Amino acid sequence: MPETLFFFLWQRFRKHTPALLGGLVVVLVILLVAFAPFFSRYDPYQQDLLNRFSPPSAEHWMGTDDLGRDMWARVLFGGRVSLSVGILAMSVAIFFGSFIGLVSGYYGGWIDSILMRITEIFLSIPRLFVLLAMGMYLRALDLPNVQAGSFVPLSIVIGALSWMGTARLVRASTLELREREYVQAARALGAGDARILLQHIFPNVASPIIVSATLGLAGAIISESGLSYLGFGVQLPTPTWGNMLSNTQNQMTTAPWTAIFPGLMIFIVVIAINYLGDGLRDALDPRHIAGKK
Amino acid sequence: MTAYLLRRSLQALLTLFVISLILFGLISSAPGGIMSAYAENTDMTPEDIARLRAKYGLDDPVPLRYVKWLGNTLRGDWGDSLVSKRPALQEIADRLPNTMLLMGVTLLATLLIAIPLGILSAIKQYTWFDHFATTLAFAGQSLPVFWFGLLLIIVFSVTLRGADGRPLLPGSGMSSLGEPFSVADRIRHLILPVTMLAFVSAAGYMRYLRSSMLDVIHEDYVRTARAKGLRERMVIYRHALRNALIPLVTLVGLDLPSLFGGALFTETIFAWPGIGRLYFNAALKTDYPVVMAVLVIYSGLIIASSLLVDVLYAALDPRIRLG
Repeated sequence: MPETLFFFLWQRFRKHTPALLGGLVVVLVILLVAFAPFFSRYDPYQQDLLNRFSPPSAEHWMGTDDLGRDMWARVLFGGRVSLSVGILAMSVAIFFGSFIGLVSGYYGGWIDSILMRITEIFLSIPRLFVLLAMGMYLRALDLPNVQAGSFVPLSIVIGALSWMGTARLVRASTLELREREYVQAARALGAGDARILLQHIFPNVASPIIVSATLGLAGAIISESGLSYLGFGVQLPTPTWGNMLSNTQNQMTTAPWTAIFPGLMIFIVVIAINYLGDGLRDALDPRHIAGKK
Repeated sequence: MTAYLLRRSLQALLTLFVISLILFGLISSAPGGIMSAYAENTDMTPEDIARLRAKYGLDDPVPLRYVKWLGNTLRGDWGDSLVSKRPALQEIADRLPNTMLLMGVTLLATLLIAIPLGILSAIKQYTWFDHFATTLAFAGQSLPVFWFGLLLIIVFSVTLRGADGRPLLPGSGMSSLGEPFSVADRIRHLILPVTMLAFVSAAGYMRYLRSSMLDVIHEDYVRTARAKGLRERMVIYRHALRNALIPLVTLVGLDLPSLFGGALFTETIFAWPGIGRLYFNAALKTDYPVVMAVLVIYSGLIIASSLLVDVLYAALDPRIRLG
């Protein structure tokens, strides 16, 4: 067997059964929503007013909603939006967080002071409340509610309010790395800042970035679903796991299934991602002994 | 210490100033503007709206409006709600006791659940109890909190019925309609919202405490305590626990602002008339003065609590020096 880095990491990772299971679930859900039309005979937008609120059955195995739409089809297509928002928001947060963390830790001095003050400012605003205000703003903008694409500004907003943890983590690692001998050697050989940052420091802060990307994905999915649930995120009729739950509180006595399945999907995906992130942390961070923390 | 406090307080004020600047800029540049709440009102002619715009000075440039807003705010005039026409501060003050009741009980419940579970889990590391408790905590941290609230209502207010055929627990409001106030009734209304919040936040506290306890148990002074022949109970409660609880100050301290902000989801789902619900309704109706007031006060409390935590932490743990 080849003794490569990835082989070594895989050896550590596969001992973490919940993480393996979590990864498997994530892959399965991604396949399900990506190939949604193959798994559902119904159109998620097709109303059937004669079949409103039909309980789960062989025909509609998650039942139908208040407009007679098939819940399973909406859960699959809603998953596309929820996961896309999650991935896009996470990418924005990771990009900003890594960039600010690297620059802050590497250059130090007044650049570091200013960037860390900005980080503190972002940490001092009530995140959910400001997300809601931004949602209000986006709603007032009245963007054309194209079925694909309307979630992009929302994802950017969620990402722009979620980068601070990553920035602090990356900064701490960078501070430590820039004093290492190999970095000094590279500098002595005449490497410029950009080269040192990208070629020598960045690969070594990849582990904390991967871990916070995983946990950030779970957080972004929760944020989107919460905002859309409150009516400030992705707007109907485009389904997401969050906005499918929006009106269910009035339907709970007659059709409790409408309130159960979309939330169950969020829960399953988020817990799977969190276990995956836990396993990755154990595998990637040698100082972190499995199970100790 | 005095110099440190002074510097941090100045920094805090500066941070709050910048935050208010950003929020004000954001809100005053909102499309449709502050008057969009009136635009839907068919009784109002465009001339009425123009007159109101002039009255509120909305045609002035944004920087001038910010200076005016700041001046008024510092004098205690935070503007009137566009919906109720009452002062925004009054709206907040009316809701504050309800939110503090809900969040205070929640914080208490969280600590009562999380401290024993976290410690037991650490002492009994890798036993079935530990696995069970950590799994439950993991689930709690992955739970979308609003969905958990909906489930609680489905189970306890819709499906399960008491002996009298009424829902087992009330799923909405602070008190039963048409009944005189009673403590028992208030408690019944608190059970579901507090469960929803405490389960999720206890999960985080518990995982944090478990790891802090595990760190402490492996310290030298704990080994010394054992070596000198102290009973295990003494070692755990006298020596380990005291130090393991210090990080709790951080957690509780950083949670204190939520006594003001409450829980947006919980208050919305359970129709709890607190700040979270006030804010949600204000955002729905684009009631900017209320939105702005809640955001600025909340941010101020978050900044103040992080300063408080740093000072307390240094007071409790002599190894930490402020500088």
